[in-house]
Amino acid sequence: MSGGTRERKADHIRYLLETEGDAVEANTLGFNEGRYESVADLENYEALKSEARAIKEDAIERLPELIDELTETVEANGGTVYLADDAADANRYIREIADENDAERLVKSKSMTSEELEVNEALKADGVDVVETDLGEWVLQVADEAPSHLVAPAIHKSEDEIARLFNEQFEPDEPLETAEELTTFARDRLGALIVDADIGMTGANFITADSGSLMLVTSEGNARKTAVVPDTHVAVAGVEKIVPSVEDLAPFIELIGRSGTGQDITSYVSLLTPPVDSPVVDFDESDVALADRDDDRDFHLVLIDNGRMAMREDDHLRETLYCIRCSACANTCGNFQSVGGHAFGGETYTGGIATGWEAGVHGQESAAEFNDLCTGCSRCVEACPVEIDIPWINTVVRDRINREGDDGRFEFVYDELVPDEEDTGSIDPQKRLFGNYETLAKLGSATAPVSNWLADLGPVRSVLERTVGIDRRRSLPAFERETLVDWFESRGPRVSAADAEREAVLYPDTYTNYIDVDRGKAAVRVLEAMDVHVRVPAVGESGRAPLSQGMIATADTKASRVYAGLAEHLDAGRDVVVIEPSDLAMFHSEYEKFLPEASFERLREGSYEILEYVYGCLENGANGARLRTGDDGPDVAYHSHCQQRTMGVDRYTRAVFETLDYDVLESDVECCGMAGSFGYKQEYYELSMDVGDRLAEQFTEPEAQDRLVVASGTSCEDQLEDVLERDAVHPVEVLDPRSRLR
Amino acid sequence: MSAESGSVRNRFEEALADRDVALTRTTPAAFEATLQAVVTEPVVGTPLPFGDVSLPEWVDDEPTPATLEAATTGVTAASFGIADYGSVVLPSTPEGSEPVSLFPELHVPVLHERDLVADMPTAIERLGPELRDGGSAIVATGPSATADMGALVEGAHGPNAVHVVFLETDGDGE
Ligand code: SF4
Repeated sequence: MSGGTRERKADHIRYLLETEGDAVEANTLGFNEGRYESVADLENYEALKSEARAIKEDAIERLPELIDELTETVEANGGTVYLADDAADANRYIREIADENDAERLVKSKSMTSEELEVNEALKADGVDVVETDLGEWVLQVADEAPSHLVAPAIHKSEDEIARLFNEQFEPDEPLETAEELTTFARDRLGALIVDADIGMTGANFITADSGSLMLVTSEGNARKTAVVPDTHVAVAGVEKIVPSVEDLAPFIELIGRSGTGQDITSYVSLLTPPVDSPVVDFDESDVALADRDDDRDFHLVLIDNGRMAMREDDHLRETLYCIRCSACANTCGNFQSVGGHAFGGETYTGGIATGWEAGVHGQESAAEFNDLCTGCSRCVEACPVEIDIPWINTVVRDRINREGDDGRFEFVYDELVPDEEDTGSIDPQKRLFGNYETLAKLGSATAPVSNWLADLGPVRSVLERTVGIDRRRSLPAFERETLVDWFESRGPRVSAADAEREAVLYPDTYTNYIDVDRGKAAVRVLEAMDVHVRVPAVGESGRAPLSQGMIATADTKASRVYAGLAEHLDAGRDVVVIEPSDLAMFHSEYEKFLPEASFERLREGSYEILEYVYGCLENGANGARLRTGDDGPDVAYHSHCQQRTMGVDRYTRAVFETLDYDVLESDVECCGMAGSFGYKQEYYELSMDVGDRLAEQFTEPEAQDRLVVASGTSCEDQLEDVLERDAVHPVEVLDPRSRLR
Repeated sequence: MSAESGSVRNRFEEALADRDVALTRTTPAAFEATLQAVVTEPVVGTPLPFGDVSLPEWVDDEPTPATLEAATTGVTAASFGIADYGSVVLPSTPEGSEPVSLFPELHVPVLHERDLVADMPTAIERLGPELRDGGSAIVATGPSATADMGALVEGAHGPNAVHVVFLETDGDGE
């Protein structure tokens, strides 16, 4: 990316932060909070997710067969099925239906798939009046804007803005103000258009092959009217919406509303088996009793391929087809909460999973636009009702984008700095720099403090900004001359193996080893206070840095090296203790893709987050009084790390603080916004700070402002220091018996 | 089965209360009076398939588009209720239960107590054969609603209120 492109991107993001950010933030935070509350009421939440996942896996596996079965069922019911190869094919078919019916007006209920087709434009070109009846979609139709959210398309618009829009467009006698007035106005206007329509078009959240039924999840009731009032019903749906049987719907009904908008269930779950038995509501025959009608309803199911069958054959994109478009991944995403779907989305789809959808249906370029907004924080993974590894899809697509094209614009010196395994010269220099962070850190440490003085110089910052897009407003980490590994080698262990309760290997992650050596030293002392014999071997970077830049081959190589460096210790029964949660997350999750299964399991079972390990030691009789306790330690404002929470190990930090009588106040924001390299990038600096502001707000409240700021992740510490202008430390630095921190 | 059904009924009532949906219990004998107290005229309805009650005379049970549009209340039978969610399952019928439950401001579903099921999987299991037989149904929970205009509003394209009439068989309730 050139400097100019970065600036344009930064401008666009700044504009959206200012214009749409507040409405998006208020709504997504509400949905996200609702989700937590609503799924907490479900005793069998995890089991339901697994069930939902299994149904989707099976359905996509058997898709060709299910398409055939569904086609037979719908035709036996009296409907028609058309399998469209792509958008043009689908639109041609739909236009034919409109033409055969001499349709003047088609009313639509909300359907993202129809947005993917751009069917409105196609019909309008033929002179058909297309009316969106979902109130949010209608607002956008009036405003001529694109949806910014999968479920709540006009989420970026406030009540005031909508009132202004309607008052300008429709000039009502009395200006509209409140949401009630706006709703009544829209309902009346749209109600009249619906009863007069020739065709109703809906999407489908699910389609059952055994009965030919559509399941539509709505709250407004417009989909019910759209499907039933006119005598011709066209449903458009991606082929991935098919499930084998009606009974398969149950877990999805329980999960979809909770996951998306945080409602236990939406007002209406329509289960329609078209052509339906309901009489047509025909105001041209307004005195004919509904019961006396003898309607001959017409039903067309337009199934859309448009790249989906190819996605099914793609090992990495296939999971995207399990997506039920609930929007949880967007609502839980720190970046999305700030900037919304007009930045975090492609031609049609928005939010974390949009990368998969866009790459699959519109092509990689559409995904490339926003793919970098996924920082891999992984908060969406546990929110997803079908357990999709959304960050992995984002990483894979990033890797593919990296490999595309080849403009060979790299300088020789730069190649020295970035000794990665990627086999093309087309990766953005910024990505290669961050992907090879370990090399940079080594060099920075070896030349410290000169490297730090240099890095602080104005001209250097301006070059860094121009060439690799490191925002000059962001403070850079200072390298330590003596690494943790060197320090430990000269110091040696203080608890001998013979006297020890346990033996542990402290993993020297890049940041701890070269930059925040203090937290490494604190970790060693904490472990030794628990009678643990400690070793700090020179094991390299976990691969997290290259992976976050989409450099999968480099990450893979690093994973093998790390495993080689730890295997002997694991075999000797030593525990691997990890300070940095994002590295532990590599060991516990991504390494599954890089290592043989036995190696992966071996490392996963033998590695622990440091506070998890301390918790275990305390549970097994270690003397907590040998650590610094809450008696003389400070009150704490704690932010756990996103990946730490996804792994479910954040609870140990909480438990240790509690056992040791600390007074702790905890943040509930999903992510600090820094996310490794993300917050350094010129194009994302302001977004990162905006996300960080949510955290800053919590920690500047009166009850938090005098507390010591504590965070488990490196990036979180840096971000908190930047947004709060207060020091931030790792929990081990609080517990360190030598600690004087207040 | 009394203890079981009692707790299922409580769950149903609690779930409705959570959503501010009114429920009135009645018996076949008191049905007409109860309905009278619940509805606002003009009222349209579709025939109830329960042996022990039917729609009173004063309900227009053969609505036309014109009377449907003029009606304030729509009365229809629910084929069953789902206790965990406070949902009623509304079948689509040739007599027009779907529009009658959808167009008027107030929807009054009539639910027979024997038709209350505990949870969603049971409800969907019941619906399976009906859908495979060509039937359609709406799982309706509370009034229609929207948050698209910047704040939550009840009453979007469908009713803005739902009032469940819960039919108990005489002598039941222990
Ligand atoms: S990926 Fe998962 S969380 Fe995101 S919209 Fe799809 S189903 Fe929902």
